[in-house]
Amino acid sequence: MNKPLKKHLLSSQIDLAKFSPASEEEKSQQEVMSESTTFFKDGMKKLMRNPLAVGAIIVLVLLIITIIVAPMVIPYGYDEILKVGGKRDKTAANLAPFTWSENELAYMEETGEQLFPHIFGTDKLCRDYFTRVIYGTRVSLSVGLFASILVMIIGVLYGAVAGYAGGKVDLVMMRICDIIYSLPDLLMVILLSVVLRETLGNAISGTVFAKLGTNMLSLFIVFGLLYWVGMARLVRGQILTIKENEYVLAARTIGTKPGRILRKHILPNCLSVIIISVALQVPSAIFTESYLSFLGLGVTQPMPSLGSLANEARGALQAYPFQLLFPALMICLIVLSLNLLGDGLRDAFDPKLRR
Amino acid sequence: MAKYVVKRVLLAILTIFIVSAITFFSMYAIPGGPFSSEKALSPAVMAALEARYGLDQPVPVQYVNYMSRLLFQADFGVSLKTGRDVFETITTGMQVSAKLGLSAAAVAVAFGLVLGSVAALNRGKFIDRIVVFFTTLATSAPSFVLATLLLLVFSIQLGWVPVWSATEQNYVLPVISLCMYPMAYITRLTKTSMLDALNQDYIRTARAKGVASYKVIFKHALRNALIPVVTYVGPMVAFIITGSMVVESIFSTGGLGSYFVSSITNRDYTLIMGVTIFLAILMVTANLITDIVYKLIDPRITFD
Repeated sequence: MNKPLKKHLLSSQIDLAKFSPASEEEKSQQEVMSESTTFFKDGMKKLMRNPLAVGAIIVLVLLIITIIVAPMVIPYGYDEILKVGGKRDKTAANLAPFTWSENELAYMEETGEQLFPHIFGTDKLCRDYFTRVIYGTRVSLSVGLFASILVMIIGVLYGAVAGYAGGKVDLVMMRICDIIYSLPDLLMVILLSVVLRETLGNAISGTVFAKLGTNMLSLFIVFGLLYWVGMARLVRGQILTIKENEYVLAARTIGTKPGRILRKHILPNCLSVIIISVALQVPSAIFTESYLSFLGLGVTQPMPSLGSLANEARGALQAYPFQLLFPALMICLIVLSLNLLGDGLRDAFDPKLRR
Repeated sequence: MAKYVVKRVLLAILTIFIVSAITFFSMYAIPGGPFSSEKALSPAVMAALEARYGLDQPVPVQYVNYMSRLLFQADFGVSLKTGRDVFETITTGMQVSAKLGLSAAAVAVAFGLVLGSVAALNRGKFIDRIVVFFTTLATSAPSFVLATLLLLVFSIQLGWVPVWSATEQNYVLPVISLCMYPMAYITRLTKTSMLDALNQDYIRTARAKGVASYKVIFKHALRNALIPVVTYVGPMVAFIITGSMVVESIFSTGGLGSYFVSSITNRDYTLIMGVTIFLAILMVTANLITDIVYKLIDPRITFD
């Protein structure tokens, strides 16, 4: 063994002594396969590599923490008129950010107690403006979120049925979609929200819904009625292509029921499109809500929303511009980060954009 | 082709009828009527007023009456509040709204196309970054925020642009606040479709055979990139009209949009119907023309 074999000149026999076993490191260089991954993991990894989307997520998380924590910390209510020592403080109207009213200053000097600062100042009815903006953000964000979820549920169900059933059912369902789609939506939204606001009051008094307020409820109904169409069309289009795939055919040949095929095979495959569309629906719902509130058709007073705060601030625009600035900037911040997040999700999860 | 157009026109007419029916029946569902705010009215006078305008009849009958007057005599009726002819009110309001809307649309399309093409041709460079930054900001600010801020800064603080009045009508600020969002949207759209077009084989062919650079851009790339932009024109009209309601009330220009909201709160039935039907016809026509033009200019699409 040690002695090399006498080799014929043209023999292909190799000299083993010239070789050594490969080290682990050298072996790993030959690994062509990447680590196994799922569609979701892969998408999240891509999302986390997008600095804008990560920034948007951080901003949104901070915002959500603020709107949950701030009302617990701040001793003022959103509709509470400021009081000093149990008496109504009439000098506290339209304060600038981080200032105290005369009465409050006098009170603090007298008792030595430090009062909580008015971070955004106060409004003309002597209410703490920071609390109002925080509650307004709560209202706007939750309207955006729940309206989008409502739109998603209706749209996905409708689109799934139309796309999977096909034929005449599909035709009729899509004609209905066409008509709703071509309605002038904001005109209808304005009209219906007035109608519902005025008529819902009696119907819901005493139920859980009464707490939400008729305006908020009518906003949800209007969104539910008008904006599901886009989602339904999207889902139907997806399903039409997916149901032609071989695995659906295979499932059908072994006798799987249509409902199970929809749930197990088809819907998971359009999930990415649905998520992206919902993420982009939220800012547009917030936009619409703020428009309506700005026109005085949104949430009921004294409950604030960012749009109605901006509208109220318009009266004293010249004297107290900061009262407009805070809700306006808040709307821009929310919509901007949601848009960036939506774009990031689309880039990360839309297989058609994969390169 | 003819079949498609006929189908779309029929759908458009159906849509307008549905809009009119929804509006008519839902506005009667709102409690209160046009005369209920005037407290001094005795029941007899009230009944006489309602009989005078036909409000004492059942709602479906009123709807049929209204629609037949509108269709056969082109009569929008008179406003229940002011007594003025509704059609006249609409045309007066439309003079301001149309000027505002058309200038905003023109600015949005012109700047959107230029910015989008420039960004696509300089992809990844500094100028592209600026354009992307600007469009992201512009799509995040609602028009009422923009309008109030512009009014605050340029009219009130700096005094550069006069505040709107009957004698002095300055369109600059309202147009800027109306056109920002559509402009940003068109910019994005143009950029994506321009990038798409520039990657096509026919562009390489054109360059390879030595076609001048500006010709490649304008004749081959931009013309194809325009197709998706055209489809946005319909929704843009709708967006500008609805956006103008808010912007018009901020600048108090007294356009058509501001009538719509006030007519609903006043329960001015005839004015609500008139404005809704008028705006609905406008939007539906814009969408219809967009769809037909889209099919005409894109030969890849077949008529079904």
